[in-house]
Amino acid sequence: MAHNQDGNQKQVHYVGDSRVRVNSKEMLPPDYSQFPGKTEQFFPDFLLKEWMVAAVFLVGFMTLVMAESPPLGDIADPTNTGFLPVPDWYFLFLYQLLKYKWAAGPFISIGIIVVPGLLFGGLMLAPFLDTSKERRPLKRPATTWIAILSLLGVIGLTWAAEAEHVIQVSSSSGTPAKDKKIVAEQDKGYELYKKNACIKCHGDKLQGVQGPPLLGVGDRTKGEDEKLTRKDIEHIIDNGRGAMPAGMFQGSEADKQVLLNWLMQQKQK
Amino acid sequence: MLRAVYKWVDERLDVTPIWRDVADHEVPEHVNPAHHFSAFIYCFGGLTFFVVMIQILSGMFLAMYYVPDIINAHASVKYLQTEVAMGTIVRGMHHWGASVAIVMLFLHTLRVFFTGSYKNPREFNWIVGVLIFFMMLGLGFTGYLLPWDNKAYFATKVGIQIAESVPFIGSYLATFLQGGDMVGATTIPRFYALHVFFLPAGLLGLLATHFILIRRQGISGPL
Repeated sequence: MAHNQDGNQKQVHYVGDSRVRVNSKEMLPPDYSQFPGKTEQFFPDFLLKEWMVAAVFLVGFMTLVMAESPPLGDIADPTNTGFLPVPDWYFLFLYQLLKYKWAAGPFISIGIIVVPGLLFGGLMLAPFLDTSKERRPLKRPATTWIAILSLLGVIGLTWAAEAEHVIQVSSSSGTPAKDKKIVAEQDKGYELYKKNACIKCHGDKLQGVQGPPLLGVGDRTKGEDEKLTRKDIEHIIDNGRGAMPAGMFQGSEADKQVLLNWLMQQKQK
Repeated sequence: MLRAVYKWVDERLDVTPIWRDVADHEVPEHVNPAHHFSAFIYCFGGLTFFVVMIQILSGMFLAMYYVPDIINAHASVKYLQTEVAMGTIVRGMHHWGASVAIVMLFLHTLRVFFTGSYKNPREFNWIVGVLIFFMMLGLGFTGYLLPWDNKAYFATKVGIQIAESVPFIGSYLATFLQGGDMVGATTIPRFYALHVFFLPAGLLGLLATHFILIRRQGISGPL
């Protein structure tokens, strides 16, 4: 291969003692003299500044780390049917997208191939879709608008997923009760529970029929570790939640307090 | 003395050109935050790399205590967090660092996108960058399962169900991720291996390519 086909007596240079030709046209970074202003040596001048930025960043980061200890829940229990799964926040947009009817079930390919394909494919192929020389975002409005709209879409989906999760956590049955006993079945509260429609959905043993079980509702948590309060329960009785309509309790205010007292007694051992 | 040692090594290995190549280049004014405060947007890439270093270091220490099996995984994380000196700090760095890395990477992607830096001649480096993004998402997904608490277990189950719904290859994908037909005893070691060997190896390879290309092509000029 070292022969010159065109008969030119050009000297051929090789790298070291190999047969690799020395590339005559070196790929040098652009000469920064073409940029106006004060260029700086990378080492050590600029690197020192980078380290200062990193140090400031590290202080902020360690403050976060020390302020919030990393969460660790109970050991995984596959039989726990009440647990509401939620992926890490950066997957929420995809998780939410797949909840919509037009992107799930028979249209699952839309949710899992078409939309993410367009999003990530478009991202990956951006240099080949936007081939103009223009770099300023305002001078290439199509690219900029597509990017901003996709960005808003992803942020909106993430936000919707988070909002939906908060609602679901508050209306989920929570961790199933460990001991399945009604407390104070002879109480007047139970009478009121029976007389009003509560019993139809929540069951005669508070076990839950169409609605969630109320066993242990007195020391239930909502969300991560916040206690469900008497006020919360009263709010649900008055305004309903999820499938439960508002104003299910027909009795007097005093009776409602009796019922609430009784519900708050429902604690698990 | 030090000079003599360096000279001895340099005579034999010719190391000067190697490190001079890394050290000797000019940094233009428009990316230097000391000259223009708005140039801090050019720091996002470096800070992402910094967080990746934090992740690698804290992860190496976590691996000293973590046991990747369904019986001991949760207990080992709990032990690490409650008994080991500084354990909660190291795990905190790894846990929050994962989110911070994604945030910084995202900001860096936005900077490159809106300054049009992905354009000719840097198309290839942009693709490498997007692959780094996928790699980081993969690291986030596999790492989320490892503490083996309810959140980890059910989130991974949902994630694998999503993977399973991919047409044609879905079921193979799910079997590969689970190491069987359910999330369980075979899944943890698999995710652990992906999380500490396969994906970091890929990530480091891509990062090296990313940096070599930056050195080759230089940083994009001012807008």
